[in-house]
Amino acid sequence: MSEYNKMPLLMDLSRKDKFGVTISDIDVPLSDLPDSKLLRDDINLPELSQLDVVRYFTNLSQMNYAIDTQFYPLGSCTMKYNPKINDQLASLKGFANLHPLVNETFAQGSLELMYNLQNYLSEISGMSATSLSTMAGAQGELAGVLMIKAFHANNLDITNRKVMLIPDSAHGTNPASASMAGFSVKSIPSDKNGNMDIEVLKEYANENLAGIMLTLPSTLGLFDNQIVDICNIVHQSGGLVYGDGANMNAWMGQTKLGDLGFDVIHINLHKTFSTPHGGGGPGAGPVCVNNNLINYLPGPIVTKDNNFYKFEEMSNSIGSLGAFHGNFGVLVRAYCYIRTLGKEGIPEVSKNAVLNANYIMNKLKHVYDVGFSNRSICMHEVVFTANKQKQHGVKGLDIAKRLLDYGYHSPTMYFPLIVDEALMVEPTESESKATLDKFIEAMLKIAEECESNPGLLHEAPLTTPVQRLDEALAARQPNLKWSPTTAMLNEKEN
Amino acid sequence: MSLQFPYIGNSEIEQQAMLDYLGIKSSDELFVDIPQKYRDGNLPNIPTSLSEMELVNHLDSLSEKNIVTTPSNSFIGAGAYHHYIPSTVFSLAQRGEFLTSYTPYQAEVSQGTLQVTYELQSLISELYSMDVANAGMYEGGSSLAEAALMACRLKSRYMVACLNSVSPRYKAVLESYLAPQSIQIEFIDIDNLNIPQNEYACLIVQYPNFYGSIEDMQRLSDVTHNANSLFVVSADPLASVIYRPPGQYGADIVVGEGQRLGVPISFGGPYIGFFSCKNEYLRQMPGRIVGKTVDKKGDTAFVLTLQTREQHIRRERATSNICTSEALMGLMITIYAATLGKSGLKKVALSCFHNAHYAANLLQNLSGFDLLATQPFFNEFVVSCPVSPIIINTKLAEYGITGGLDVSDQFENSMLFCFTELNNKESIDFLIHKLMQFCV
Repeated sequence: MSEYNKMPLLMDLSRKDKFGVTISDIDVPLSDLPDSKLLRDDINLPELSQLDVVRYFTNLSQMNYAIDTQFYPLGSCTMKYNPKINDQLASLKGFANLHPLVNETFAQGSLELMYNLQNYLSEISGMSATSLSTMAGAQGELAGVLMIKAFHANNLDITNRKVMLIPDSAHGTNPASASMAGFSVKSIPSDKNGNMDIEVLKEYANENLAGIMLTLPSTLGLFDNQIVDICNIVHQSGGLVYGDGANMNAWMGQTKLGDLGFDVIHINLHKTFSTPHGGGGPGAGPVCVNNNLINYLPGPIVTKDNNFYKFEEMSNSIGSLGAFHGNFGVLVRAYCYIRTLGKEGIPEVSKNAVLNANYIMNKLKHVYDVGFSNRSICMHEVVFTANKQKQHGVKGLDIAKRLLDYGYHSPTMYFPLIVDEALMVEPTESESKATLDKFIEAMLKIAEECESNPGLLHEAPLTTPVQRLDEALAARQPNLKWSPTTAMLNEKEN
Repeated sequence: MSLQFPYIGNSEIEQQAMLDYLGIKSSDELFVDIPQKYRDGNLPNIPTSLSEMELVNHLDSLSEKNIVTTPSNSFIGAGAYHHYIPSTVFSLAQRGEFLTSYTPYQAEVSQGTLQVTYELQSLISELYSMDVANAGMYEGGSSLAEAALMACRLKSRYMVACLNSVSPRYKAVLESYLAPQSIQIEFIDIDNLNIPQNEYACLIVQYPNFYGSIEDMQRLSDVTHNANSLFVVSADPLASVIYRPPGQYGADIVVGEGQRLGVPISFGGPYIGFFSCKNEYLRQMPGRIVGKTVDKKGDTAFVLTLQTREQHIRRERATSNICTSEALMGLMITIYAATLGKSGLKKVALSCFHNAHYAANLLQNLSGFDLLATQPFFNEFVVSCPVSPIIINTKLAEYGITGGLDVSDQFENSMLFCFTELNNKESIDFLIHKLMQFCV
C-alpha cells in the first residue's frame, strides 16, 4: 500500500518557530503561573507562515464539490443557491460581536429580527408559534417529540402513550429522535402508490399511540393525498401529528401544514431557507406548533411587550437544548432570504422546484425507472431506481459515481430504503432548464454506458481528486488523528 | 405570468418551455395531490420583497439597534468569549467550495472537508490529550448532555452525578436531554464529595468550572474511578493549552465549547461542541467521525467512518440522532489554530491569564469588592460587589463598558468577570477606575 499523500497534513508542513499572525504583546505586569503540576508540559501544534496556511486551505477547498461550482442534485438535501449578501449581513459587527448574555436592552435589533422570523415561519407553516432555539433539523425533531411527550404527561396520559409511529420511508433521524425521547418506535409500511398504508395506521390508532412523525411530501417525493384522513385518525385516538419539514421546499406558499392538521413541525433553515450547508453544518431547526403545544416550546422564545423585545420561557417548556438561544447567525441568513423573496417570491420557489423535478422525471423516466411509476407527478424531488441498469451488472452506486466524472454531484443513493437501487434527484428552484438539460444528457449517456461499457462504471470515478475509497480499512483500523511521531520527526529536520 | 427573482434559475420563457414539455397549462396542475380545500398558501403577513439595497439598509439599521461595546471594553464570558479572529479565518472559511458543500458522504469529491475534519479531530485530541475526537457537536451544552448519555450506555446505569460548579446553562441542557430517558441527575458539591460504588454512570466536572476556578482534578478523577464510574469533563480548550489537559488526569470522555478558538460570538451561535473519549469507548461515541484510508490506487484519502453508529444506518438504535458536525465552525477553528500556531495559541492563553490576574489584584484592593475565588483560576473569577451588579452594569454601559455577568442568583451581589487578549492594561485600568465610584 503506497502512502503517497497528495495533500500533506498541517503537521507535515510545520517547521519550528513559524507563525501565521502576530498577537499583541501582554502589557500588564506578569503574575506568577500556578504550581507546575497544574500545567501541561508541551503541546504539539502546527507552526506555519501565513502563506503556508492560505495555500493549504485554498488547495484543500479545491478538492470539494460545492453548489458554487457544480449542480448538486442531492435528493432530500435541498442544495439550493446560498445568497452571498446573506453571509455578508450575518457578519455585520452589530450582530457578530454581540454577546449572548448581555442585557436585552442592548440586543433589541437581534431580538426584533428573531421575533419577526418567528412570525414569518409560523405564517408560512400555518402554525401558531415558533421557537428558534433548536440548532439543527434533528434537534428540532427531538424538541417536537419531547413536546408531544410533555403534552401527554401533562394530561396524565404518559403511562400508556409510548408508541411513536414512523413510516418506513422516513429519514433515520426520525426513529433516532423518537428513541432519544424515550418512545417505542413502530414502522408503518407504504402502500403500492407510495402513500402510507392507512389500514396499518388504524391498527395502531389506540390509547397507546403518542403520535406519528410524518414527512410531507414523503421522501419518495410524493404528496400523500390522504393526509387529512391520517391526521384525523391519529387525533381521534388521542395522538398528535409531527411534521418533518425536510421537504418544505415542495409546499411553502402552496399549502400550510397547520391547516392540514399537523400539531408540530420543524423547519430546516439550511435547506428551504437557503443558509449554506458548510460541509455539514451549521444549520438551524426551528419548531413551530399549534395552540395546544405553545406552552411546551423549547426555550427561550422572543416576545414583544410595549415595543420592547425580550426572551421568555414558556410555562411547561421542555427546557433548553443548548446553552444559549439557537444559531443566531443562521437565523439572520434565513430572515434575509424571506425578506428578499417576500410574499410574492416564496410560492415561486416551490413552484419552480416542483416544475424542475417533474421536468427531469419526464425526461428520464423512459430510461431510468421511477420508484413508484403509477404516480404521474412528483413533488420537489424524484426517486429513480437503477433496476433496469442492474441487468447489465451496474448498480445505483456505479451510476452515482460515474456522474462525478461528468461534473455533477451524486444523487442520494439507496434512500429511501423501500426503493431498490434508489437514486434520488432534487434539482431545487435555483437551477435553470439549461443546467437540467445538460444533467439529463449526462444521465442518458451514462445509461448508454451501462449497456456498452459496464466495466467503466465499476471503475468510476476516474477524474476526481481521489478514487473509490477503502471504507472497510477505515473502519477496521481506525486512524482518526495525525501521529505525533511523524510530526516530531519533521520538527527535527530543517 | 410569474414574477422574476434573483435566486430562481428559470426565466419565464424557460418555465413555459418546461410546462409545454410536460403538456400542462400551469404549474398548478403539479399540485393536484394537495387536497383542494387546503390549496391556499397565501402569506398576507409576510412583507413584500426587498431589493438587495433595501435589504442591506434594513439589516444595517437592525444591527445598529444592538449596542455592542468595543471588544477591549468587554468583560463578559461565561461560556461565550470575545477573542481576536485573524483575517485568514473568514477569508478562507468563506470560500464557496467549503461554505456551499454538503456533508462529505461522497468522499471522492469531498476530500477538502474530510481532511480538514481529520485535522480538527487531531487538534481536539491534542488539546484535551485524548485518544480520539469526533467531527463536532452542536455546541458545548448539548455535547455535554450527549457525553452523559454515552456514559449511561457504557455503564448501563440510569444515574449521573454532576458538580454544582458546572454552568447553570449546561445543567439545564443536561436535564432536558436526560429526563426523557428517565436518567436521574444528582447535583453534588465538591466539599461534600460522596460517590458510592457502582451507582453513577459518571461524574460530570467543568474545567475550569463555571466560576473560573480550576478544580482538584486528580482527586475528582480518583474518587470517580474508585467508585467504578466514568470521569466526564467539560473542558475549555484554550485553558487546555497551558493547563494540564483533562486526558492527563485520566478523563474518560472530554467535551467542550469550541467557539473561543476562532468563531464569532454572534449572540450565542452557531458554535461547535467538541467531543473526545478514550479509544475503548470509540464505538459508543455519537456524531460524525473521519478516518484515514487509501483509495483504489493506494493513495492516502479520508472518509467518513464507523457510520454504523449513526442514525442514517442504525435508525432508532443509533448512538444519537445528530446528523451535523457544525463543519464550518470546525473549519474556522482549524484555520484559527493553524494561523496562530503553537506560539500564538500559547500567547493568547497566557494573555488571558495575565490580564485576568492583573485585574483580580486591582479589584481586591477596591474596598467593598471581594474576590470569591479561593482556588487557582484561568481567566474568569467571581467578585462580590458593594452594590447590585445591575446598578454597576448600567453605569458601566454609560462609559461603553460591558461588565461581568450578574451571578447574584448564586452569590449575593456578585459578578463573573472575564478577561481575554482583547483587553489590555489601558482598558482594565479604565474598568477599575470606573468601578471605584462604587467603593465603600
